[in-house]
Amino acid sequence: MRVLVAMSGGVDSSVAAALLVDEGHEVVGATMKLWGGAGDSGCCSVADVTDARRVCDRLGVDHHVFNFTEIFNERVVEPYIEAHQRGETPNPCVECNRHLKFDTFIERARRLGFDAVATGHHARVERDKAGRPQLLRGHDRAKDQSYVLSILGAEQLDYLLLPVGNMVKSDVRALAHQRGLLTYAKPDSQDVCFIASRTKGLGRAQFLGERIDLHRARVVENSSGVQYGEVAAVELVTIGQRRGLPTDSNTRPRYVIEVDVDRRIVTVGDREELLVSGLRLENRTWVHEPLAPGARVAVQMSAHGAAREATLSDDGVIFDENSRKIARGQIIALYEDLRVVGSGVVC
Amino acid sequence: MKSTSERSSAYLDYGATTPVMPEVVDEMLVYLREGFANPSGIYRQARDARRAVDDARDVLAGEFGCASGEIVFTGGGTEADNLAVLGIDLHEHARVVVSAIEHHGVLRPAESIGATIAPVGRDGIIDLDVLAELLDETTELVSVMAVNNEIGTIQPIGDVVSLVRSRAPRALVHCDAVQALAFCDVKSLTYGCDLVSYSAHKIGGPKGVGALVVNERARARLHPILRGGSQERDLRAGTENVAGIAGFAVAARLTSERRGETVQRVRSLRDRFADALISKIPGVHESVARTLRHVGNAHLIFPGITNEELLLLLDRYGVAASAGSSCASGAIEPSHVLLAMGMMVDEARSCIRFTLGQDSSEDEIEYAISSVIAAHRQIVARDQR
Repeated sequence: MRVLVAMSGGVDSSVAAALLVDEGHEVVGATMKLWGGAGDSGCCSVADVTDARRVCDRLGVDHHVFNFTEIFNERVVEPYIEAHQRGETPNPCVECNRHLKFDTFIERARRLGFDAVATGHHARVERDKAGRPQLLRGHDRAKDQSYVLSILGAEQLDYLLLPVGNMVKSDVRALAHQRGLLTYAKPDSQDVCFIASRTKGLGRAQFLGERIDLHRARVVENSSGVQYGEVAAVELVTIGQRRGLPTDSNTRPRYVIEVDVDRRIVTVGDREELLVSGLRLENRTWVHEPLAPGARVAVQMSAHGAAREATLSDDGVIFDENSRKIARGQIIALYEDLRVVGSGVVC
Repeated sequence: MKSTSERSSAYLDYGATTPVMPEVVDEMLVYLREGFANPSGIYRQARDARRAVDDARDVLAGEFGCASGEIVFTGGGTEADNLAVLGIDLHEHARVVVSAIEHHGVLRPAESIGATIAPVGRDGIIDLDVLAELLDETTELVSVMAVNNEIGTIQPIGDVVSLVRSRAPRALVHCDAVQALAFCDVKSLTYGCDLVSYSAHKIGGPKGVGALVVNERARARLHPILRGGSQERDLRAGTENVAGIAGFAVAARLTSERRGETVQRVRSLRDRFADALISKIPGVHESVARTLRHVGNAHLIFPGITNEELLLLLDRYGVAASAGSSCASGAIEPSHVLLAMGMMVDEARSCIRFTLGQDSSEDEIEYAISSVIAAHRQIVARDQR
């Protein structure tokens, strides 16, 4: 097969390419240039492109750079900024998967005559008895990335190879080292690629502060209405947040349970007040046909969080046991056992 | 000559660089081997190297239409451009004017000193009316290229010089003629300019060698940007690239001797190439009129196509062409030249530059034509599904 491998310059995609070469496929590597600036983090930096190119040189395959900066800005960065303006907590990495890595990139691969695309995600695509592609959790459960791929549909999965999904991370690194790939010891990427890392949290505040007006907001106790003080930017506050809040003098922890951007009010309360019985979801996607309300699902609410048992409702999910509230804009992945069945965005 | 069916590659990126002529390689080898000495020495081998540099300077002066003493050898076209823009002594608040379609070798240094950008029309030619308005008594440097590297348009340098002389009497005129040397009579094209940049590797010479022609008027106001030894009359420090300079001269002499024949042959190949694609692929058209370009340039718009994709498919056919310029990561950026002409980003991303040169051949062009048609068909077929 002719396979186009999306190469971030990290160790997982490096090994994905190596494995495909070993299997005898005709492999071409491609790195997406997504962010226009002189990005110093994530998948867009010049150093990462150089790493990807040198890995391809080592493997004896061609490497190209795709300039997707405009569509990335339009589909990922601008919606990210607008979501913060609405007081939501967006997940730009998943939106990038939805619109760039598994849409624009796949479309380009098809036009260029490739039979499949591959990435270095820790998840598995396997055929069920009917021959339909299914997305399963990665073999390395600690590194499982099926959550960020939960927005994919059968047509995309049908075209997708995930060569490292059956490996544990330490084996991935060992193989990279054995093959002389210079990325073998590169740390995993953590941050949003278009926001310079710097001190955690400050990058985001600066990035948004340069692009939108940030507004002060009152911090109010849920039960009593007592006002504790202000936060500098309501747009940066997220549900469940504990740190950086003015609270009363006694030391019990306060959690953000509501963010009202329009009225500039952040409501805080006890951990118990953060619990909800279910979530409303929009932009729901299904790997195959939609599941009907009443279906049993496991709900994962963050990249590496534990899944909660729940039942599908008309417009979301009902938890078996109350669960922590999740900010609007966050992605929810729905599973049946190890298999992804769909996704949704908290609304 | 190989038949079309045997061919599996075509090089159409002479605007990026050219194959080094065999005669140039032979000449350079002399100075990489036995003639390796540093021209600054006082022994026989050094004098031989010095003579090679001086001989080359004489040959190039003949080709450029200047005095030998007016040539400053540099490490390439970009360094020549930088020396012209950053090396001229300017008064406080002096105005510097450069065209919007200059090569980055001019544009970036010009931006760094706050230059005024002179616009071009949709035809890729500098707007002389606007330029006239931008020129005044405070203007001290004006830079307009002779031939644009992307769309190939030949600029009205004579008119620019006249305008500057009448409206900005204190200004020096710099002309980046890097892309002109292969096909144009640079003596007449750059006539009247105070500073002119050239590069060896666009005419069958080696990379890393260029020259800035500096006339007496400019000389009085020019200081070096690389400081050190007293080479190049104190205008460019650093041991001379003897082999490169000798090779540059051979390339310039041969290019000049063969220019008449080359121009005719390349023009007919370019016309055949552009006409074939325009007639066989619906919608394909030239970004600017052919009569405004030099003979080796075919700059085509493929509506609805992303140039990155077409270029990658062409690469699979062994066809080398280009689009815009690359950023540090290697990704193709929308061309500043096309945006300056008023194109939208999407349109600029659908343009491809094909540039022909001294070794372009008929079967190569036929192979390129069939490859572009096949690659285009593949992309369109996918989109129509």
